[in-house]
Amino acid sequence: MSIDFQNYLSTTAKGLEPSGIRKFFDLAASMEDVISLGVGEPDFVTPWNIREATIEALKDGHTSYTANAGLLELRQEISNYLKRNFKLSYQPEDQVIVTVGASQSLDLAFRAILNPGDEVLIIEPAFVSYTALVTLAGGIPVRIATYADNDFKVTPEQLEAAITDRTKAILLCSPSNPTGSCLNRAELTEIAQVVEKHDLLVVTDEIYAELSYDEEFTSFAAIPGMYDRTIVVNGFSKGFAMTGWRLGFLAAPREFIQVMVKIYQFTTMCAPTMLQLGALEALRNSADQVEKMRQNYWRRRNFMVQSLRTIGLDCHTPGGAFYVFPSIQKTGLTSEEFAARLLQEEKVAVVPGNAFGASGEGYIRCSYAASIEQLETAMKRIGRFIQSLELKEEKVLEKVR
Amino acid sequence: MKLTKEELNILSILEENHNVSTESIALQLGISEEQAQMTIRKLEDEKIIVSYPTLIDWNKIEGKETIVAMIDVKVTPERGVGFNEVAEQIYRYPEVQSLYLMSGTYDLSVTVEGKTMNEIAAFVSNKLATIENVVSTTSHFMLKKYKHDGVIIEGNDDKDRRMVITP
Repeated sequence: MSIDFQNYLSTTAKGLEPSGIRKFFDLAASMEDVISLGVGEPDFVTPWNIREATIEALKDGHTSYTANAGLLELRQEISNYLKRNFKLSYQPEDQVIVTVGASQSLDLAFRAILNPGDEVLIIEPAFVSYTALVTLAGGIPVRIATYADNDFKVTPEQLEAAITDRTKAILLCSPSNPTGSCLNRAELTEIAQVVEKHDLLVVTDEIYAELSYDEEFTSFAAIPGMYDRTIVVNGFSKGFAMTGWRLGFLAAPREFIQVMVKIYQFTTMCAPTMLQLGALEALRNSADQVEKMRQNYWRRRNFMVQSLRTIGLDCHTPGGAFYVFPSIQKTGLTSEEFAARLLQEEKVAVVPGNAFGASGEGYIRCSYAASIEQLETAMKRIGRFIQSLELKEEKVLEKVR
Repeated sequence: MKLTKEELNILSILEENHNVSTESIALQLGISEEQAQMTIRKLEDEKIIVSYPTLIDWNKIEGKETIVAMIDVKVTPERGVGFNEVAEQIYRYPEVQSLYLMSGTYDLSVTVEGKTMNEIAAFVSNKLATIENVVSTTSHFMLKKYKHDGVIIEGNDDKDRRMVITP
């Protein structure tokens, strides 16, 4: 008897929408000589001293479990790092967890705070995992659309309009993937007033904090009155070029941490030990290299924004991360059409904006985590593609005449 | 000399790739192309940018293989001019690729390039060792170049191992 596998799968899992990036990935991966601006990770390899520290850890036989929350020595360094860079004060003993990537940090945060039916406000365009993570934790994601005219920043009015008596938390991401938008101290303070008024929590994804270019990065937890209402999600992936390591961390009031550690010990035990020892080196001796990478991204950001504008695409200036999010509305194509045709005709891969939520429609995400030579070539090709579209349009107009 | 942030940025761009266009530099730093050109000219005039050499792996080309020797030279410095006079006598030779004054057990480090070992040996015995103030020479022949001027000759680190599209 053949069985119908669908009957055995969980309704929640089946209900999750597949990531919009997936089908585009299959298309791009099947082609050769593609210049990819579709990559959400640094083009730098992890600095050598960090890799070496991990090799040494393995040589020395560091192969057993660590404490659930991670090596105390590493939590101490994370605590120092948060204080030094972001003026945040967390006790290493009971306010920090080393996780398997910032994505897992988010997962733990939502599992710890959500009851069935609790609503979480998500500011779109947003990272592809957010709504799924909230749903898996039993919550209900409530999307708030933001637009280029406000640099893809959410306003207090928009938050007010979305809040119901079931709203539990707001998920913030600054600098943002995919738009690169940054919320400054004043904007965060406005959000904080809404949070206070409606007695909400904030889960703040600060994975791109190191990559802020124009204004000093402010953590939401540093806004007066918000410390007790905030779960800080951060990690090593972006700033330290350590995506494949899957190492992140959480910092929060100890009452939240206690519950998150409880979940973590049942689901994961701890982050890989030898990698934690590499992370220790990252926090102790890599500030110069992180700064060098940041400078590099900053220059490429400037290059991309200027080049896209020269080509004729509207583009806000992203204050952080390594993405630009130009509008392609003037071409009359949808994001997916634009990305598919650009890939086929000019072999440049970008991610259609609607993969990050409905309000991303009409935009594309271009990552500038690529060498400046590659970016120059990609910009030439995109320019040629836009021109070819305009030529076709003119021909159509002539025929109409 | 103290440089502006813009000047430092231009230097680090050029250090990575001197072939970059002034248009690209201008776009990367948000300045005009004229401004970029002017700053580069200023840095060249002040000999902060000394030259734009190209790193070529000659040993990959048949018939163009070169042999490199690093020679430790001990000299008696001359009153009044110190090491400079003898250094000049050495760096005038076109065979000499680089010359550094060193601290430690010897004084000058000379890099010499030639087509054969004999050619280098002849240079050392006929030219270098006969200079009046040169006391002794110790030659080391280079067997393999792994890294030169901060560039790894045959490395794997710059290979892009990322997937084409990731979230």
